[in-house]
Amino acid sequence: MSWAWQNRDQIGHLLASHLYLALLPVLFGIVVAVPVGIMCVRWRWTWPPILSLTSIFYAMPSLALYLVLIAYTGLTDWTVIIPLTLFSLSVLIPNVVDGLRSVPPPVKQAAVAMGFGATRRTIQVELPLAVPVIIAGLRVATVSSISLVSVGQLIGIGGLGYLFTDGEQRDFTTEIWVGLILIILLALLFDGLLVLARRWLTPWEARAPRQERRRVVQVALRGANAGVKGGSI
Amino acid sequence: MSYFSDAWNWLIASQNWHGSNGIPIRLAQHLEYTGLALIIALVIAIPAGLAMGHLRRGGFAVVTIANFGRALPTLGLLVLIFVLTSGSILSWLIPLVALAIPPMLVNTYEGVLGVDRELTDAARGMGMTEWQILRKAEIPVALPLILLGVRTSAIQVVATATIAAYIGLGGLGRYIIDGLARDEYNVVAGGAVVIILLALAVQGLFTLLRRVIVPAGLRGQAQNS
Repeated sequence: MSWAWQNRDQIGHLLASHLYLALLPVLFGIVVAVPVGIMCVRWRWTWPPILSLTSIFYAMPSLALYLVLIAYTGLTDWTVIIPLTLFSLSVLIPNVVDGLRSVPPPVKQAAVAMGFGATRRTIQVELPLAVPVIIAGLRVATVSSISLVSVGQLIGIGGLGYLFTDGEQRDFTTEIWVGLILIILLALLFDGLLVLARRWLTPWEARAPRQERRRVVQVALRGANAGVKGGSI
Repeated sequence: MSYFSDAWNWLIASQNWHGSNGIPIRLAQHLEYTGLALIIALVIAIPAGLAMGHLRRGGFAVVTIANFGRALPTLGLLVLIFVLTSGSILSWLIPLVALAIPPMLVNTYEGVLGVDRELTDAARGMGMTEWQILRKAEIPVALPLILLGVRTSAIQVVATATIAAYIGLGGLGRYIIDGLARDEYNVVAGGAVVIILLALAVQGLFTLLRRVIVPAGLRGQAQNS
């Protein structure tokens, strides 16, 4: 651990660039996924083609996408950010759609009866109720993204992934351990923050019966392609 | 469009289809590594998931394994185990199996756990043994989710086996790692295309598999295939 302390400046820089490379794609992802998800629920015919697209991007190994992109974006941050954004979208869009669809019909009918138009009903009633499922997707996307960035190191853009290749070349296990532990800690930290965000955004959930929370987990699992560390690397 | 013309020219060059570094051999190696890791993971994860789902126990452990599996950086795990085992077969097999287990485990567990209680109670009421309930009621109903888990693992392992070329494994990743090391961009481009096609083929295979083995009445579930 004294090695990590001596190299804290370098590790700090790697950490910052790691977070930037990992979180920007998730941010882009959620900004695009919410409107696209709403569209897919509103105009049902748009859903099948978009679902096919998301499942294709979900299956794409991100290393392969990084390599394809080098030809267009060169060795810049975008070469990593764009594939990870596509990956985030492939997790988030199905989650937004499933979240919106999981809103019980009586709730929608009540909103209509109260005079809510389609747009206002979506934004003020359905979207807040879909938050638990959307956040479940965000957790998958964020944690996966944080771990996937390090693969970018194979093309030289990988944040903390640098510690892996450098440690391997120098046969220095401590360095690899430090990288591994920092990435896992970052993933757990942001996962925890998202759980807190969900509690804050949906105070009513804490009072929901267990059965109901179970249902949310099930919907979220299907929505996230049940993606444990989303498929692609 | 230089990327795709580079990749295309590499793909149609006949010397890339022969010999020990030819596409057929590399593809066969890749499938071999992937298949071996998947089978080992399958044997461990599916029975464990079925047992825990049926007994409704171990939910916390499953969720923890799932989260941990997602957070674990593939490249880091590969180089760490490579350095620790100094290059035996285990150096790539352990990481591939370790990354394949969580998706299968969590989906199998959630699939069985999600089976309607009334269904299993009815089966029990008909005099089925616990084993019969699992085999005749829970597994068929959970099948779409179980398959989704296996598919996620398969895609994951195909991609990870590519990265394992960095620690010296054969397979399609060789084109990428060697091409990058030698600045042969057309090799990298061609290799990346073959890997993308393989990933899509795996995805397609599971979509097909789902049509064949999931009972017709259950196909509405787990739509994301």
